[in-house]
Amino acid sequence: MEANRILNNLISGSVGPVMILVTIIVMVWYAGAVYLNSSFLIDRYEKNNVNWSFSKLASDSWSMERPVLPSPHQVAKELKRTIWDQKITSKRSLVYHTKVTLSSAMLGFAMGTFLGIVLSVGIVYVSALDRTLMPWIIASQTIPILAIAPMIIVVLGSIGIIGLFPKAIISTYLCFFPVVVGMVKGLRSPDKILLDLMNSYSASKVQVFWKLRMPASIPFLFASLKIAIALSIVGAIVAELPAGAQAGLGARLLSGSYYGQTSLIWAALLTASAVSATLVSVVGRMEQSIIKRMGLQT
Amino acid sequence: MNESTSGKPSQSTIIDISNLCLTFETQTEPVHALSDINLQVNKGDFLSFIGPSGCGKTTLLRVIADLEKPTSGKISVEDKSPHEARLNRSYGYVFQTPALLPWRNVESNIHLPLEMSGYSKHEQKKLSQQYLSLVGLSGFEKKYPWQLSGGMQQRVSIARALSFDPGMLLMDEPFGALDEITRDRLNEELLRLWVETQKTVVFVTHSIPEAVFLSNKIVVISARPGKIIDVIETNFPKDRTFDIRETPEFLEASQRVREALKEGHNDGS
Repeated sequence: MEANRILNNLISGSVGPVMILVTIIVMVWYAGAVYLNSSFLIDRYEKNNVNWSFSKLASDSWSMERPVLPSPHQVAKELKRTIWDQKITSKRSLVYHTKVTLSSAMLGFAMGTFLGIVLSVGIVYVSALDRTLMPWIIASQTIPILAIAPMIIVVLGSIGIIGLFPKAIISTYLCFFPVVVGMVKGLRSPDKILLDLMNSYSASKVQVFWKLRMPASIPFLFASLKIAIALSIVGAIVAELPAGAQAGLGARLLSGSYYGQTSLIWAALLTASAVSATLVSVVGRMEQSIIKRMGLQT
Repeated sequence: MNESTSGKPSQSTIIDISNLCLTFETQTEPVHALSDINLQVNKGDFLSFIGPSGCGKTTLLRVIADLEKPTSGKISVEDKSPHEARLNRSYGYVFQTPALLPWRNVESNIHLPLEMSGYSKHEQKKLSQQYLSLVGLSGFEKKYPWQLSGGMQQRVSIARALSFDPGMLLMDEPFGALDEITRDRLNEELLRLWVETQKTVVFVTHSIPEAVFLSNKIVVISARPGKIIDVIETNFPKDRTFDIRETPEFLEASQRVREALKEGHNDGS
């Protein structure tokens, strides 16, 4: 009975299930570290005629200097070393690199959102744009971002545009698409009856836009923004890879793979996903408060 | 017609329709929605269009509202073309559904047409108070549409249509989606509103008792092509209540409407 109750409490909340999932992931991770690192270790044992047990294999595979898969505590140590123990302005600090990536991601996100909204208004109001623009917009997203990112960086660099802006362009390139798709749907979401209503008041196009189409599109916009803001981080990281950037989470990934420092790569990866998750939840909070202020039922 | 307008000023024509036809071009074949409609609506009339579903009664209302263009024939609304009348905001339109904006509260939904007509904030507030109390919804200003019942939402929609004081109220089966008890109550209220505001009301319905109870003129329309079968005038007192539904005059008028509907049906098939 008592055990049942404890189990129920564990599952019913939101903390319980998350903790259970995290525990499982960490366990699988440790097991994976043993599995992936074992072949190298066993080779070495046999070469040196070491008499090894499984417990020795496990503890060795969790404390290698250049493991194939670092163990969770090694990554945690790396995170502590690069976040907690460093001055945040230092080039060794992950906070510094996160800030570099984040600033270009946010610039790209802002530009992408703006571009997306402008394009969607054009598509909804100008039927010629609807027919000509949409195929290009879709085609733009079929090009692998990894292929086009170096081109953009190199081309912009050759005409003297370097630094934050070219990186932000890559984020913009990824961000504007969900915004266009969502906003076109949102701006077209009002029922015919509401358009008739506006017509019966002989409303101008501008009035129909601001009083009907724009408010109706807000829930659609936020659904798109949640996707776009996560993509903006991906875009910024991808943009840091080809140019051999000196700073940013992408640069960290690159130098980690250069020197076989897998724990460094994993630390950067975890940081990037934590940043993305935080940003998505910030957008989610904004959505909730705006939807509530608009009086819409959630 | 000119004689009657000049002869009796109280009976002036507000909507004048002659030889009006409307054909929808569809991919398969043209659909004749309205055919040879001739109709005069006088100022202050409560006129109902009644007919089977899909007979074009809503289309006719939409033509008056300039939400649909006729194929041929003439129509004038307040001595102007329907287009000019719409630009002039001559009518308030009440749809089958309340058509309230979900992100605006009751008060602000009523402000919508007033904002577009350029009323000041102060006037908007005054008018929304006035018309909300007219439809019996004082105290609900700050509620959002989803917090109201269907009947209350439709009342807000009526208050909104009246708020900018148009000469005409065009109503397209406004109570069709409501239960019978609510519908009866709103019918009585609408009658009271009509008497108080002295608007011209054009009302679309497919309920015989509703049409006979509310209107002083009932226009029976046949199924495709929509043609006027009969125009039945009634003369019930303006302060009538549902008691008149038991009177011989009411039953007789209902019977005439029923006969005309049957005739239209036989013609159509």
